[in-house]
Amino acid sequence: MSDFTSNFWSVFVTTLTLVGIIACGILLWMAGRKKVMATAENTTGHVWDEDLVEMNNPLPRWWVWLFVITIIFGLGYLAAYPGLGTFTGKLNWTQKGEYEAEMAKAKTEIEPLYARFASMKPEDVAVDPQAHAIGERLFMNNCAQCHGSDARGSKGFPNLADADWLHGGTPEKIRETLEKGRIGNMPPMAAAVGSPEDVRNLSHYVLSLSGSPHDSLRASLGKTKFVACAACHGNDGKGNQALGAPNLTDDIWLHGWGEAAITAMINNGKVNQMPAQADKLTEAQIGVLASYVWGLSNKPAAAR
Amino acid sequence: MKSSDKTPRKVIPIAAAAPEPSAEGELVSLYEAQKKIYPRSISGFFARWRWVMVFLTQFVFYGLPWLEWGQRQMVLFDLGARRFYIFGLVLYPQDFIYLTGLLIISALSLFLFTAVAGRLWCGFACPQTVYTEIFMWIEHKIEGDRSARLRLDAGPWTFEKIRKKFLKQTVWVAVSLWTGFTFVGYFVPIRELGPELLAFAGTWQIFWVFFYSLATYGNAGFLREQVCKYMCPYARFQSAMFDRDTLIVTYDETRGEPRGPRVKTVDYKAKGLGECIDCTLCVQVCPVGIDIRKGLQYECIGCGLCVDACNTVMDKMHYPRGLIRYSTQNGVLHRWSQSQILRHVLRPRVLIYTAVLVALCVGMLASLTTRTPLKVDIVRDRAALSRIVAGGKLENVYRLQIMNATEAAQRYRITASGLDGMEVASEQEVDIGAAESRWVAVRLQIPYGSAAPGSHAIHFDISALESGGKVTEKSIFLVPR
Repeated sequence: MSDFTSNFWSVFVTTLTLVGIIACGILLWMAGRKKVMATAENTTGHVWDEDLVEMNNPLPRWWVWLFVITIIFGLGYLAAYPGLGTFTGKLNWTQKGEYEAEMAKAKTEIEPLYARFASMKPEDVAVDPQAHAIGERLFMNNCAQCHGSDARGSKGFPNLADADWLHGGTPEKIRETLEKGRIGNMPPMAAAVGSPEDVRNLSHYVLSLSGSPHDSLRASLGKTKFVACAACHGNDGKGNQALGAPNLTDDIWLHGWGEAAITAMINNGKVNQMPAQADKLTEAQIGVLASYVWGLSNKPAAAR
Repeated sequence: MKSSDKTPRKVIPIAAAAPEPSAEGELVSLYEAQKKIYPRSISGFFARWRWVMVFLTQFVFYGLPWLEWGQRQMVLFDLGARRFYIFGLVLYPQDFIYLTGLLIISALSLFLFTAVAGRLWCGFACPQTVYTEIFMWIEHKIEGDRSARLRLDAGPWTFEKIRKKFLKQTVWVAVSLWTGFTFVGYFVPIRELGPELLAFAGTWQIFWVFFYSLATYGNAGFLREQVCKYMCPYARFQSAMFDRDTLIVTYDETRGEPRGPRVKTVDYKAKGLGECIDCTLCVQVCPVGIDIRKGLQYECIGCGLCVDACNTVMDKMHYPRGLIRYSTQNGVLHRWSQSQILRHVLRPRVLIYTAVLVALCVGMLASLTTRTPLKVDIVRDRAALSRIVAGGKLENVYRLQIMNATEAAQRYRITASGLDGMEVASEQEVDIGAAESRWVAVRLQIPYGSAAPGSHAIHFDISALESGGKVTEKSIFLVPR
């Protein structure tokens, strides 16, 4: 916007608007005082297309008040709300302010709905039908975009309905994930592993951990290279939830299965992020949502 | 009429007829001051029918929200929950098409009635005229008839005048408030609305009750015919629906003119007079303040009160009735009999309107009665196109919004078909509460490699297990390359 360099357009718009309103008022005042000569046939004397005459039917006087009201309303509106150039209006109304006020109001309105769940154990919230319905709606609106409507994820987005957890599957851990988000960081390891051939061998060893089809010769050659991975994934490859390092032995492949996908991961690494929800959802909502997600893979008999 | 037939009749001065065309050469303002109309009350055939219609329409309007249907209000438009209950029907916003149908039927009915018999709606059923009539009746009961009201308004502010005006305003305000309350009662359960208002709960309810009260008060108490003359578009486009065979309130000019006062004993024909005695009663009873003797005017709402007024005068004069009557322009011109006029009712325009109207009504009724009380919207998951899952299966995920339009909890079975070996991997039966809707995630699987890469048309079948009824919706299944 040219507001940065000059206030010409602000002055231009303000002047044009005010002059326009004043001109409307003057026109109204003049028309109210004007008298015209009446003719017997009640026409203005204007004729078009041979016989189309303009009748001189007066407007009802009360109608004038509607014009007056619009002028008063217009001036009042321009004084209260932004409209005259860069003038912000006496109410200091902004879209952002309105949005924030509405969100704050919505928060206070929904608070009582969640009050009941605050004192309950997360495991009990998971089986509460009302909490389940709320959790389902929250999930559909906030989580399903990435994790899928059925929470079973897809490539790069973890499946939340199985028992495999990157950062821990207790309600408390899930809650932490929701609140603060997570960043999964697999660094590029090619240099630490060695030659491209070493990387291929290591890939086959990783495949062998879960009993996936692999070349056992390459796997045995790659086994020694696994020390580079063991720091995070553990000596047995079962991962480390404190670091977010996935279990490599369970045949669950978040970023793709097979030699090519694993080789690429070792060579290039990957940073995968779960965004924090604390700004978007209230604490109570996150609590219900955490219990809902926990319930997806921990179904007691009662929930079924 | 109290004037004696023997003496030349006393003419009660006309306070407000149509604005007289100004005399030539006179200076006039561009704006016209509203002239208050003091309609004289009259009884007769049309006046009675107007009251029948007032009672019918208002009986329905004021009474309907109080009726119950099962556990709920019979007619309730719950805007908050977005459910619309009409008798046994539960409508969703997705059923808006029925409102469209209703509006088209209303419009066509208006066309049909107008083509056959002019502004029947305006004169007998329009809320504007109906409430104006109720308000005028109150005015008449408290302040007296036309001449008394004229005298009262012209006179000084005596105690009696203040008392009458105050009483009238009080009753008007009471009727307005009740009308506003009733109107809002169609959108908020009316039995809860009263206590809510008394407790000053529900700001918007209070606002709308007062808003509609004010609208009723202003329109029926003050604006009255101004609404019909200047605001209502119907008066302006009615000429498109009128023709020369449309029944309208007409003044028989050939029979009436030249008008003039007369002594009953003298033969008026010998004096060259017509049958109009120029008593101006037709003008005095007119609620829109026009002189019907000037011919068809756009202000005329077709209420027929001038017909009643003129007939009473004709009876007194022992002239035949119908100097002002319901007739057609052709009927008056060719001096057609009643049956000749009726024969011209069946003309192409009327037949076409009727045919379309009947077809629409039948279609709408058929659609409503055969409607499945279940709606389904399908949204395919967008982020993940498809995925390979354990067991050598290819999986697509869908969200089904299942809307239960019955007033009982329902269990629905979800099945899908369109590809070989396709099955629903998620729960196949879902429970949805009465008049509730729910999003359900559904997973469809096919054996890997059983379908060519690309997009495949499939369809879901959702059937209600207890109440019967099935809905089929289309979607697609994506197979990756």
